[in-house]
Amino acid sequence: MRGASLKGLSVFNAVALALGLAFLYLPILILVVYSFNASKLVTVWGGWSLKWYVELLNDRAMQDAAWMSLRVGVCAATAATVLGTLAAVALSRGGAFSGRTLMSGMLYAPLVMPEVITGLSLLLLFVAIGAERGFWTVVIAHTTLTMCFVAVIVQSRLSGVDRSLEEAAMDLGCSPAQAFVAVTLPLIAPAIAAGWMLAFTLSLDDLVIASFTTGPGSATLPIRIYSEVRLGVRPEINAICALVIVAVALLIVAASLITKFAGHRHDAAAPL
Amino acid sequence: MSSRRIFAGPARLAAIAPYLWLLLFFLLPFGFVVKISLSQTVIAQPPYAPVVPLTGGLAAMRDALAQLDFGNFAALLADELYVRSYLRSLAVAATSTAVLVLIGYPVAYGMARLPLARQAVAMMLVIVPFWTSFLIRIYAWINVLQHDGLLNQVLLALHIVAKPVVWLSTDAAMYLGIVYSYAPFMILPLFATLAKMDHSLVEAAADLGCSRAKAFWLVTLPLSLPGIAAGALLCFIPIVGEFVIPDLLAGSERLMIGQTLWLEFFTNKDWPVASAIAVVLLAVLLVPLLFFQRLERRNVEGEAR
Amino acid sequence: MIETTTTTASAPAAASPLLRIAAVTKRFGDFVAVDAVSLDLAAGEFFALLGPSGCGKTTLLRMLAGFEAPDAGAILLDGEDVAPVLPHRRPVNMMFQNYALFPHLSVADNVAFGLRRAGLPKPDVARRVKEMLALVRLEGFERRKPDQLSGGQRQRVALARALARRPRLLLLDEPMAALDKKLRQSTQAELKELQRRLGTTFIIVTHDQEEAMTVADRIGVMDRGRLVQVGSPRDLYETPASRWIAGFVGDINLIEGRVVARDATRLTIMLPDGATTLTALRNGAGPVGAGAADGCIAVRPEKLRLAAADVAGDGAANRLAGQVVDVTYQGSVSVYRVALEGGLVVKAALANASRAGLPDLDVGRQVSVSFAPHDGVVLEA
Repeated sequence: MRGASLKGLSVFNAVALALGLAFLYLPILILVVYSFNASKLVTVWGGWSLKWYVELLNDRAMQDAAWMSLRVGVCAATAATVLGTLAAVALSRGGAFSGRTLMSGMLYAPLVMPEVITGLSLLLLFVAIGAERGFWTVVIAHTTLTMCFVAVIVQSRLSGVDRSLEEAAMDLGCSPAQAFVAVTLPLIAPAIAAGWMLAFTLSLDDLVIASFTTGPGSATLPIRIYSEVRLGVRPEINAICALVIVAVALLIVAASLITKFAGHRHDAAAPL
Repeated sequence: MSSRRIFAGPARLAAIAPYLWLLLFFLLPFGFVVKISLSQTVIAQPPYAPVVPLTGGLAAMRDALAQLDFGNFAALLADELYVRSYLRSLAVAATSTAVLVLIGYPVAYGMARLPLARQAVAMMLVIVPFWTSFLIRIYAWINVLQHDGLLNQVLLALHIVAKPVVWLSTDAAMYLGIVYSYAPFMILPLFATLAKMDHSLVEAAADLGCSRAKAFWLVTLPLSLPGIAAGALLCFIPIVGEFVIPDLLAGSERLMIGQTLWLEFFTNKDWPVASAIAVVLLAVLLVPLLFFQRLERRNVEGEAR
Repeated sequence: MIETTTTTASAPAAASPLLRIAAVTKRFGDFVAVDAVSLDLAAGEFFALLGPSGCGKTTLLRMLAGFEAPDAGAILLDGEDVAPVLPHRRPVNMMFQNYALFPHLSVADNVAFGLRRAGLPKPDVARRVKEMLALVRLEGFERRKPDQLSGGQRQRVALARALARRPRLLLLDEPMAALDKKLRQSTQAELKELQRRLGTTFIIVTHDQEEAMTVADRIGVMDRGRLVQVGSPRDLYETPASRWIAGFVGDINLIEGRVVARDATRLTIMLPDGATTLTALRNGAGPVGAGAADGCIAVRPEKLRLAAADVAGDGAANRLAGQVVDVTYQGSVSVYRVALEGGLVVKAALANASRAGLPDLDVGRQVSVSFAPHDGVVLEA
């Protein structure tokens, strides 16, 4: 909060914060630990072992699903980032134009719409136009879902950009489009990158919509995990889950390190 | 032209692609849902009739459309099963949202009171679990809650219970899963609002004679209402239609509406009924949806001049 | 009372002005920000638009830059109407109030920005950047980023950037608002020197009358959208056209009374006490008030002479008796507030020209205040 320097938290606050974070992280940590459990049973700790990870290497279905999810994620995230950024630019700088209300309505709705509804509706569309369900239908579905998140993030950042910078660019000879590319785009680049990452993660994670819109032989990772989980807890699942967690965590850490590094690059040069 | 107008021209062009995309892949599909909800189910491919022929002339289309009726809706509203499912969904969503507010507020408040540098770290800590797979996190809870899972082991070891408690397939497990999954959706908007709040207002209240509790009740809480509203809507609306969490963690005697829809669609292969369920669900959620739209528009676009 | 623009004799020969603003009006909804303003500027001038906040000066500036469009009237640059010309095509550059430096570019890249847009070849760009940075005394700062600069340094980069393209007209929007007083004063001097050296036409917008008077050749005073007086700093200060202008550009004493005599050059008023009369010169540019019954004489504090009441008069035409109620020592001057018989309180500023021989005029002393007729100005509006 602004306006005062707060020396430390009250006990209540500190406890609440600690409990909250523990609540969020505990199950994940337990899962990761158990993925190394040599024993198949949860009740017994059989020592550290990598055998479930080895089992994964033999699980073709799981590997195919993981590869599929990755491809879908990259395609959908990229498309969603492009469309979402365009939408954010239009809403943020376009003033009042006919269709604006409808567009912003369509843009914010998927943020909260229950996935069963969006999944079902997209499937019905694909069936009606006779599209073959598989990789591309899932990509389209995920793009539609995640572009809204990108748009919200980018729009939020865009509205904070100092307009006088764009005016200065125009004053110095840029057409509006050139001003946007030369000045505004570099400033919102972190938001666009964050949007891509969010879209990618949401796509990687989605079960319901993928289930509706995928076709035979094109299972994504969540679909495979789900079908396995329905049969009960199995240590191999622990292994693949742990891998996904670590992969995503690494991605996030890498991303934040990159942004921090980029920001501090010139600090060394300046005696103020 | 003013500088605003000069930018508006090209900016509007940017709207074309996303606009068309959303019309085609978001709005249009709803039309199909409505149309299918008015159809009947058949054993065929596709499993509904009538199929409106796109090539065959206007007369053929009109004939096909004439066969649509509201039979599915009548069946829905008549059958107790569906009505109970809707009501259960709303009840679960409302309860979960309330719990989320009660749990999320102290956490968000604690985060907002951290020094600025720590706030960024705290936010990262809250976001990271959210960005690791949602399904995996639910699965992690199954791991802990199962009959011979960690929770029971701990409780047995501490002699709090005599024999293992059944946690899975209960409403308790489901609520746990919901709160766990949606916590970031409640904490982050709340945190955003609380972090922006001017603490000197609370100090002014104290200066005028308010105890800490009173100052919170009279100043902080009212000012954080938009954040609470945003978080609540962000949680409530999707929870109503939740499928994965109740499917994996709750018992199967009573189903939430997302489960019912899934069942009708995948198990019974009854597309028309599933569509009808979706239409009614959408109608039920319309009011909160519109609230959310208005709130979001004010929050995001209101900041721009 | 008709408020018209009063231009005094020091207006430049407007044979073919660089900039002609012809009856320009701008409305925002019902609010009239700029109201039928007309102005001519010659090449090489340093012009200041002075006025309180909200008077429309920044709006007028933005219209010159192209960021707002006038609702009525025309703006002619070198005789050509600039209305259809978009900002990025005008030979006009602006220095923004918040500097608007591009945070992701270095100082050198900021200054080079406009040059690259203009398609200048690389070696020329490098040369011009070097030249500009030398001009604003920021050599060696090429690689720094804006967030590594102090406020004053950022201002200079903004200036260098705006001048890099050698515009016909440079617009400065309250350029020194963010600087502290000492820095402001030294920057004002530098700016004036720079303008003289370059010969570029500068238009500065400011609410600080001291600043306007320091840097500008001519000042245009604006109030609520109207241009109320244009003239050199001296004209504005010594012969303001209205009470409002008189009070805005420095301290002023306003003495009201009934007109008892008038001719082409002088006006005499009778004070309410019925006995004292004061005579002053008319403001040459003011309208010849046809038989207005009341008049007002304005005298600047430094033009009032104070003497102890018992000192023999020097025969000055205008004498008033009063009592000192307050003395403020302000370093270079001492300001005396004197309550005249009849209630009016006037301010007199006496230079502390020498440490010895400070007038022995304490609070409570009876004094006489006087001024020469040519030191007073008649204001009829």
